[in-house]
Amino acid sequence: MAFTTSNSYYWKGFRDGSPFVFVAIPFGTLFGVLATEAGLDIYQTMTFTATVFAGAAQFAALQLLQENTPTMIVLASALAVNLRMAMYSAAITPHLGAAPMWQRAFAAYFVVDQSYACCTVRFEQEPDLTIQQKMAYFFGTVSPIAPLWYIATYMGAVVGTQIPDSWALDFALPITFLSMVGPMMRTAPHVIAALVAIIVSLLTTTVPFNLGLLIAGCAGMMAGAQAELLFERKGAKT
Amino acid sequence: MNQIDDTTIWIIIVGMAFGSFGLRFVFLGFVGDRPMPAWLLRHLRYTAVAILPALIAPLVVWPAATNGEADIPRMSAAAVALVVGLITKNVLAAIGSGAITLYGLLYLLG
Repeated sequence: MAFTTSNSYYWKGFRDGSPFVFVAIPFGTLFGVLATEAGLDIYQTMTFTATVFAGAAQFAALQLLQENTPTMIVLASALAVNLRMAMYSAAITPHLGAAPMWQRAFAAYFVVDQSYACCTVRFEQEPDLTIQQKMAYFFGTVSPIAPLWYIATYMGAVVGTQIPDSWALDFALPITFLSMVGPMMRTAPHVIAALVAIIVSLLTTTVPFNLGLLIAGCAGMMAGAQAELLFERKGAKT
Repeated sequence: MNQIDDTTIWIIIVGMAFGSFGLRFVFLGFVGDRPMPAWLLRHLRYTAVAILPALIAPLVVWPAATNGEADIPRMSAAAVALVVGLITKNVLAAIGSGAITLYGLLYLLG
C-alpha cells in the first residue's frame, strides 16, 4: 500500500519536472559545445557534467579557466555560484531530513534549481505527505531532467568543434546568465544585491586572479541581506 | 582562447564534484532537523543573484570577442535578455530574444 502511494507520487514528480527538459536540453547542449571549444575532451566534459551536475557553476568554471585564473580561485568562484544549492539543501531538509542516510546522500546529488522549485511548491500544498511520498516525489522531479541533461551535453560536445566563430558563441554565456538573473529579481533586496554586485565587479576588474568576482559576490550578498533586514524593520513599523 | 592543461582541468573537475556535493549534502546530511541561524540563510538567499551578475557584468561591458571594445550588438542583446527575463520571468523567452537581438544586430551592423 505504502509502495503504491509513493509510486504515484514519483509520477506526480515526474510530471511536474517534465517541463524543465526544455531548459536542460539547451543548457546541456551549450555546455557541451563551450566545454569542447575550451579544449576539454569528451571524457572530461562528461565527467564534469555528471559529477558536478550544476549548469551555472560549470559555465562559470569554464569561463574563468579561459581567463587564465589560478585553479584555487576558479574553484572558489564556481563553488560560490553553487552556494545556492546549500540553501536549497537547507530548505528541503525539514521535509526529507528524516529519510535514511543513503537516501539523503543520493538525494543531495540531485538538489538542483528544478527539484527544489517543484518540491517547495508541492510540499507547501500538501504538508501531510509521508517521508516516503516526499522522497518519491523528489526523485520523480529529477527523473526526466537528469538523463536528458547528460545526453544533451554529449550531443553538444560532439558537434562543438564544428561551430564557426561567426555564430558569436562567446556571448551565449552572458545571455544565458542574464536570462536566468531576470526571473530571480523577485524582491527589492534581490535587485539591490545584483546591482551592488555588478558595480563592485566592474570596479574590481583590475584585482589580480579574478578575485574581484568573489569580492563582488560577497558585497552583493551582504547588500541583499542588509536590505532585507532594513525592509523588514520598515514593514514592522508601518 | 588559451589552451588549458589536462591536470588543471582534472583538478577543477574533481574539486567541483566534491565541493558541489558537499554544499548539497551539508544540510540534508549533517544538519538534519536542527534549526539554522537566520543570518546564514539570509546571506545564502542572495548568493546566486549576486555572483551571476558579477560574473557577467565585465563580459558585457568589455567583451573578449571584440578585444574589450564595447560593442552595440552585445550590449543590446544583454539588455534585451535581462529586460525580457524581468518582465516575462521566463528564462527561455529571455535567451531567445537575446539571441535574436544579437544575431539581428550583428547582421545589420555587419
